[in-house]
Amino acid sequence: MSTNPWVWVAAFLTLAIYSFLYKDNPVYRFAEHIFMGVSVGYGLVLFWYNSVIPRLWEPLVKGTEPTRFFLLIPILIGALTFSLFVPRYSWLVKYTLAFVVGASAGLSIPLSFETNIFEQVRSTILTRQMLSGWGIVSNLIMFIGVIVTLAYFYFSMEHKGVIGKTARIGRIYIMIAFGASFGYMVMARVSLLIGRMQFLLHDWLGIIK
Amino acid sequence: MWEKLLRLDRRWIFVLVALSVLIPLLKPLGLPMKTTEPVLNLYTYIDTLKPHDKAVILVTDFDPSTMPELLPMAEAIMRHCFARKIPLILYGGMYPTFVGMAKMALSRVLPDFPDVKYGEDYVFLGYIPGTSLIILSMGESISKTFGNDYYGNKLDSLPLMQRVKNYDQVALVIDLSGSGTPVWWIIYGYQRYGVRVGCGTTAVSAAQYYPYLQTGQFVGMLGGLKGAAEYETLIERAGIPPGRKTASIGMDAQSIVHLMLIFLIILGNIGYFIVRRKR
Repeated sequence: MSTNPWVWVAAFLTLAIYSFLYKDNPVYRFAEHIFMGVSVGYGLVLFWYNSVIPRLWEPLVKGTEPTRFFLLIPILIGALTFSLFVPRYSWLVKYTLAFVVGASAGLSIPLSFETNIFEQVRSTILTRQMLSGWGIVSNLIMFIGVIVTLAYFYFSMEHKGVIGKTARIGRIYIMIAFGASFGYMVMARVSLLIGRMQFLLHDWLGIIK
Repeated sequence: MWEKLLRLDRRWIFVLVALSVLIPLLKPLGLPMKTTEPVLNLYTYIDTLKPHDKAVILVTDFDPSTMPELLPMAEAIMRHCFARKIPLILYGGMYPTFVGMAKMALSRVLPDFPDVKYGEDYVFLGYIPGTSLIILSMGESISKTFGNDYYGNKLDSLPLMQRVKNYDQVALVIDLSGSGTPVWWIIYGYQRYGVRVGCGTTAVSAAQYYPYLQTGQFVGMLGGLKGAAEYETLIERAGIPPGRKTASIGMDAQSIVHLMLIFLIILGNIGYFIVRRKR
C-alpha cells in the first residue's frame, strides 16, 4: 500500500467521483468542485508563468532591443477583448475578432483544402494500380462508399429513383461508420476505467504488479 | 421475465463492468493480440531510421483525462527511440497542461536508459503559446521558435539542436493527442514543409483519422489502448525494455468488457423485440 499522501488523496477523489454511479451525493459534488477549481487554477497559473511572464512581461520590461515595443501591438489587440465588459465600447472587440479570423483563415484555407479535399479526392480516384490484386475489393468498397455517401448529402433533388436508391445505400455506409465510431468510443471509455483501476490496484493498494 | 430484464437498474450493469475490469487485472488471462498494420507501419518507420541521424519529434498533446491511453504510447515510443539511438525532441504539447505528461513519461523511461544524455540524445521543449503557428514556425527554425528548452537552457547551446535546425533534419513528427491536433501537423507540417507525420490517438478519435492513413498523410497510427499495447509488444519482441506495460496489462480487461457489452446489446435487442411483439 502506498505511503505517499498524494496517492491517497488521488485515490479518495477517484472513489468520490465513481460514487456518482450509485447516486448523486455530497462526496461526489465535493470532488467535482475540487476538480473544476484545480483545473482552472492550474491552467491559469501555468499559462501565466509559461506565457505572459517570459513571452510578454520580461521582454518588454527587462529587454533592451528597440523592437520589443512591437509587443505592444498584440497587447493592444488582445486588450480590446475586454471592451466587451463596457457596453458602450464593446464594438471594439470586432477589431480583435477581425484580426484573429483574418489571420486564421488566411493561414489555414489553402493548406486545409490541400489536406482535406484535394489529397482525399486524389486517393479515391481508382487507378490501374489500385485495381490489381486483392486490394481491388477494399478499393471498390471505398470508391462506392464515397459516391453513395455524397449522394445521401445531395439535397438539390428529391431522393427518389436512382438518387433515392443510391442515397439509401449511402445511409447504410453512414450507419456502419457510426457503428465503428461507437465501438471505438466504448473502447476509449473502458480504457479510462482500466486506467483508474490500475491506479487503485497498483499505485495505491499495491495488489497488482 | 424480459420486461423485468429491460427495466433492470443500470447500476447492476455498472457492477458487471467493474467486475469485468477488476477480475482480469487481478488474474490476467493472457489473451492473444494481433499487431495491426497502422501500428506496424509506425514501428517499422522508426525502426529503420539511422541512429544518430535525423530526429524524431514526439509531441504529447494530451492531459490526465486521456492519460491511460496515450501515456503508454509516449513511453513505448521514447523507449524505442532511446534504444535505437534515434535523436528525440520531446515537445510538451500545444497547451500548458500537456507538459506534465511529457515530464511523467520521461521520469518513467529514463531510469531504464542510463547512457542517454540530455542535449545530445534528447531535448525537452516546453510550452509556448501559438498552437498551429508553432508548427509553421518550427519549419523555419526550431531554436528561434522556442528560444529555450523546458529547463531554461538556450536551445542553440545544446549539441542536438545545433544539428537539428528545422524539419529538414527531422525524420518524423508523432503527435499523441485526444483532440484534432494531429491534423494540424498534416496541414502545417506535412503539406507546407513535407515532414512526415504519425499519430497516436484515443480510441474515440481513431475513426476520424483513418482517411489520412489511407492517403498516406500519416505514416502510421496507434489507436487507443490497443494501439499502445501493440507497440509495447513490438518493442518487447525487439529486446527493448518495455517497462511496466500498462497498456498490455489492461487489454485482457478491455476484451472481457467488450464481450460482456456485446452480449448485453444482443440480449437487450432480443428482449426489446419480444416485449414489443407481446404488446
